[in-house]
Amino acid sequence: MYKTKIRGVLIKGNKSYRQITDDIIRPIEGKTPRWWYIAMTISTLALAMGIWAIYITISQGIGRWGLNNSVAWGWGIINFVWWIGIGHAGTAFSIFLLILRQKWRTSINRAAEAMTVFAVICAGVFPLLHMGRVWLAFFIFPYPNTRGPLWVNFNSPLFWDVVAISTYLMASATFWYIGMIPDFATIRDKTKSRIKKALYGFFSLGWIGNARSWLRFETTALILGGLTAPLVIAVHSIVSMDFATSVMAGWHTTVFPPYFVIGAIFSGFAMVLTLMIIVRRIYKFQDYVTDSHLNAIAKILVFISLIMGTAYSTEIFIAWYSGSEGEIYTFFHNRITGSHTKAFWTMVSCNAIIPQLFWFKKIRSSIAMVFIISIIINIGMWFERYVIIVTSLTKDYMPSNWATYKPTIVEVGTYLGTIGIFCLGVLLFLRYIPMMAMSELKAINKETS
Amino acid sequence: MKDYWKSIDEKNLRIVETKQKEIEPEFSIVGLSSEDVKLRSTRRDFLKICGYTAVSAAILSSCETPVRKAIPYLIQPEEITPGIANYYASTYFDGNDYCSILVKTREGRPIKIEGNELSGISRGGTMPKIQASVLNLYDTARYTDPLIDKAKTSWEQIDSDIKKELNNISTKEGNLIILASTVISPSTKQLFGDFKEKYPGTEIIYYDAVSSSAILSANKLSFDRAVIPEYKFDQAQLIVGFNADFLGTWIMPVEFTKQYSQRRDLTNGETSISRHIQFESIMSLTGSNADERYAIKPSEEAILLLNLYNALAVKINSPTYKVKASSLDVSQLAEELWENKGKSLVVSGTNSIPVQVIVNAINSLLNNYENTIHINHAVLVKQAHDKDVLDVVKRMNDGDVDGLIFYNTNPLYDFPDVENFKNGLSQVGLTISLAETADETSDACKYVCPDNNFLESWNDAEPKEGYFSLAQPAINKLYNTRCAQDSFLSWIDSDSDYYSYIQNYWKENLFNKQDKYPVFRTFWNHCLQNGVLELKEESQAHPDFKLDVTTYFDELVKSHSKATHEGLELIIYETIAIGNGKHANNPWLQELPDAISKVTWDNYVAVSPKYAKAQGIENEDVVIINDQIELPVIVQVGQPEGTIAIAMGYGRTVAGRVAKNIGQNSFGFTEFVDDLRQYSVTNIQLTKTKKTYPLALTQSHHSMEGRGLIREATLSDYLKNPSSGNEEHEKAEEEAVTLYKKPDYKGHHWALAIDLNKCSGCGNCVLACQVENNVAVIGKEEVRNRRIMHWIRIDRYFEGEEDRPAVVHQPVMCQHCDNAPCENVCPVAATSHSDEGLNQMTYNRCIGTRYCMNNCPYRVRRFNWYDYSDSKNFEYNLNNDVEKMALNPDVTVRSRGIVEKCTFCLQRIQEKKLNAKKENRTLKDGEIKTACAQTCPSNAIVFGDLNDKNSQVSKLFKDPRSYHLLEALHTLSSVAYLTKIRNKKNLTV
Repeated sequence: MYKTKIRGVLIKGNKSYRQITDDIIRPIEGKTPRWWYIAMTISTLALAMGIWAIYITISQGIGRWGLNNSVAWGWGIINFVWWIGIGHAGTAFSIFLLILRQKWRTSINRAAEAMTVFAVICAGVFPLLHMGRVWLAFFIFPYPNTRGPLWVNFNSPLFWDVVAISTYLMASATFWYIGMIPDFATIRDKTKSRIKKALYGFFSLGWIGNARSWLRFETTALILGGLTAPLVIAVHSIVSMDFATSVMAGWHTTVFPPYFVIGAIFSGFAMVLTLMIIVRRIYKFQDYVTDSHLNAIAKILVFISLIMGTAYSTEIFIAWYSGSEGEIYTFFHNRITGSHTKAFWTMVSCNAIIPQLFWFKKIRSSIAMVFIISIIINIGMWFERYVIIVTSLTKDYMPSNWATYKPTIVEVGTYLGTIGIFCLGVLLFLRYIPMMAMSELKAINKETS
Repeated sequence: MKDYWKSIDEKNLRIVETKQKEIEPEFSIVGLSSEDVKLRSTRRDFLKICGYTAVSAAILSSCETPVRKAIPYLIQPEEITPGIANYYASTYFDGNDYCSILVKTREGRPIKIEGNELSGISRGGTMPKIQASVLNLYDTARYTDPLIDKAKTSWEQIDSDIKKELNNISTKEGNLIILASTVISPSTKQLFGDFKEKYPGTEIIYYDAVSSSAILSANKLSFDRAVIPEYKFDQAQLIVGFNADFLGTWIMPVEFTKQYSQRRDLTNGETSISRHIQFESIMSLTGSNADERYAIKPSEEAILLLNLYNALAVKINSPTYKVKASSLDVSQLAEELWENKGKSLVVSGTNSIPVQVIVNAINSLLNNYENTIHINHAVLVKQAHDKDVLDVVKRMNDGDVDGLIFYNTNPLYDFPDVENFKNGLSQVGLTISLAETADETSDACKYVCPDNNFLESWNDAEPKEGYFSLAQPAINKLYNTRCAQDSFLSWIDSDSDYYSYIQNYWKENLFNKQDKYPVFRTFWNHCLQNGVLELKEESQAHPDFKLDVTTYFDELVKSHSKATHEGLELIIYETIAIGNGKHANNPWLQELPDAISKVTWDNYVAVSPKYAKAQGIENEDVVIINDQIELPVIVQVGQPEGTIAIAMGYGRTVAGRVAKNIGQNSFGFTEFVDDLRQYSVTNIQLTKTKKTYPLALTQSHHSMEGRGLIREATLSDYLKNPSSGNEEHEKAEEEAVTLYKKPDYKGHHWALAIDLNKCSGCGNCVLACQVENNVAVIGKEEVRNRRIMHWIRIDRYFEGEEDRPAVVHQPVMCQHCDNAPCENVCPVAATSHSDEGLNQMTYNRCIGTRYCMNNCPYRVRRFNWYDYSDSKNFEYNLNNDVEKMALNPDVTVRSRGIVEKCTFCLQRIQEKKLNAKKENRTLKDGEIKTACAQTCPSNAIVFGDLNDKNSQVSKLFKDPRSYHLLEALHTLSSVAYLTKIRNKKNLTV
């Protein structure tokens, strides 16, 4: 690889391999910090709220949500798409940056992949809970059955969703786990606790770190990576088809698949940024996740933000160009102006305008600003889904059916619950799994990007 | 293990035992080895098994579903075949609305009311109240037993007590009054005569909460006949209505709608339609259908009519009278009326004798009598003179009434001055109520002798002179009730029952008026089967209008100048669903959206947009009217400035669980002026409050946003180009390019055509569909959440200026698209297309993703957000066994979490298809009728097979006026709409 002093090293502090191991294992081997317990408590409370909401939904009915005959999808699907979007970070980091030979990704990809797994789990809660008869959810799986046999409808984007998301979850989880095997082995060898030794030993699948193992390991990682890469594109394309294949104005848009994939990566990267800024500060990992890492992500974000802006304007242009009265109404009278203006302009400013601040190096290098903007992007991406789903459904083709939509406490509770699941997952991850790929870090130690 | 012994004794004992076993082979069970015998149960085993059994029994029993017994017939009744419906011709009359009906019964239970096509009056049409009446039979608020002082008693006891009291009154020559709403049953009238004979002090007084007293009096003055004449809207080329909601509530809306729609039909080569101009003070259904509608204050009506009279009188050199110019110029209207002399019709719904006299005079000037109005064919559904009830109240308060029998009337709810009535009633010794359901009046009566429901009793009716109909029981009595007439019969010690009484009456009075049937038995059976008997009356000479109108002119001019025009004018009006409040306990009616405002479950104050703006009032703001009642506001376009309107029929205090405390009672605002009940009053004070009250609307956006959902043209444009106003259709047809093959249906291809020019928007189809398809009632809260379950809805849009809006109505149900957007998105294929073009819903498969609802551009799919049946949160008609008897057994009751929608009444299609198959013939066009098509009083909905090129629906599909909703989406909908044609001329009024 081409090496230069201009760009600076990837891992600061001129660390030895042992130092790296010690640093990364410290959160696992060390004493559990107090903030961790506090955070766990809060997450568990959020989860409890979610469990209450789920209980209410299943025992009483979807009627407890704010939906109606015109707006049959609401927060449930908004949050589903939002989480799936966040779930794109890990794979994007692992695969795309790998392909683009961005070596700085090594200190981030493990955490990003963890996020992916938890986010996809959170996302999965919604379509399931969203069903009127969740106890018959197995109807959606195509397997030989005694019900006729009745078969699923392969034309339905919802069925594609089921296939795409379950595949994506399994692939990302496997990819994530396989990447952790050498690190588990390291912990197994280092730890003094017998329980941990047994557990990590079990999960490291008898890794001995010989050359042949490494060879196989890398081949597997490569194959899995290759397989997962198209999935990243497929999953969100398919999620977007839930909307794009429909006839509703504002949904029926061919630009949706690329627009959704890009949007997903956008929100995923922003979420990674949010999380890594917190983590590097708490665990003092500034040497591993350096300012230049944040800088690099910010540069990617500003680029994606431009694409987002282009996508938004394309949508609006096509709506006008189509001459379709429904499309024109939706975009010009119900989004740009009208009763959903706030949501629309929040979406545009959060996703297409504010991230443009990253053009300035000063802002890119201000951790506080990067942190704030990363959160703004996630808010913006949530509003993007809100705008798409709620505006199109509240004011549809038949003005007689125009209705409003407000979420109820049960819907908000479910959302909080999934945030609880996500945080809980991340906290457990930070505590029990090496949050950076030690083996890979060692490979790039003392290297420049 | 070795067998150790402890002592010698023990050892010996064992030997003995072993020997004993060996010598008792006869006790062993054949086929069992001694090894098996060792397996005998011990006490321990017993306990084990016991415990096991107990536990499994406990577990199993806890899993058991509750046992529901279906008791089969011990003796199969001859005429009942399980699964096959029986129809009985009968009559609906509740003191207000008349309709000849067919009662559909399944397994002996009435489940649906259809119109009787043999009736010359209702001609197969019905109205929402009539459709919904089947649920009144199963109403749990009905009286189940006779009551004395609210304690249950037996009929013997109550009869002997009442007879004792009646005889007391007779002996002391006291006064007994039977207070009833209009009775149209000739037998009952005769029975009242018999009753009078037995108890000489008896008087029969009619009291109608919604009175037409002035029409009776005006006709008495004009033609010496105190009757309502027969109106013929089908003979009128020009209809001018003044505050008469004849398509919704006025006198005989079913008949009038039939007649009216007949003249709005352009589908059979007709080139002219009637023209309708309406002047009114509320935004009524009739006004919404008018070609031209003018909002006037109630106080302006008289002056308008006077000016109109003058303008017409000039034409024939009749004397004219001095009168102030009206706010609207009527000269052009007069011209137009004059052009249509003899084929015009002027009606007014105002309860004022001078007004009605002037209307008679105008009709007479226009030569309309004998053409569009027939005074010789009197309509008998309103016979009450307002003065009579006032006399009763006065006499009660004077202590002059000894006994009062209430039949089919509820004055303690609907009398203007209820306190006065109550005071009077407290001085009456004997109070008897014959109410069927608990109401405010029966609650105050000593004796309650509950009447049967009309579906349980015999009766007859004469709604119009020469038109008779019979009512027969369709089910045995559900409770220990008795037909009111049987009560009267038992009080006069008659040994006849009402059934034979009616038969006798018909034998003596009607049998001899016909010559078709020589034997009474066959005559009776024929009448019973048809439900109606229509005699040809010999035409009598029409009396002339010879009245001198001067005094009425003066009276009107005087009263108009006297009337204070400060404050607001308030109009108390009847709604189509709730009417006078008699059936307010019917959840179907409560949930039927108002035809204009689309409000359910409440009444409200309708204010004009200008007034609302000036006062800063918005929808749902609570206002106080005259310090009497608090009601929320609806800003109603088309409401004349300076007026407000409140619906009657709400605010029942003694009623079943559904009606109780819904809305406010507005009858208190009505007043008697010159012995006539006035439904509009002046000098109303409206006070704003800071409170708001939620209202449940089913439609909250009232503009079509310029989309071509309802297409219309004027008659003149239509005559020039029949597809005028429907240009979008041609464009859509041209642009409909597809790569896919057009679906091909080999057998049938079901379709529906809706003529928007005939549809009045009354909402009867909505109710018929609800009854037929077991559509759940969900209550106010859920309607407000926009989750109404109706499979068919009437979209109503306003256009034009706020004070002079044009209104359009459009029934929308599942469009059964051949290229249905809902079908391909369902992940579990729960909604699919049949090979007859139906979009089907498989409830069992549905897992409730609601994707289909989102992707249906027509928004006709309905989701079961909760369990609406058997739930304590939805105490309407699906949560108790009695009311559930009204369910249609052919239609599944949907469970929670699934999507449902219009099926084109699949069960009806299937039934008729099977019938045809059994009879080895092809289906006839028009044989299958969906519930909405069958019940439509204006015949606006036509169902049929598109593959049958000669079917009516195929022809309508090819009509140049035909188009599809949202056809640019290429959904290939199976429902066609026909453009609305307005007979508009640019009248400057």
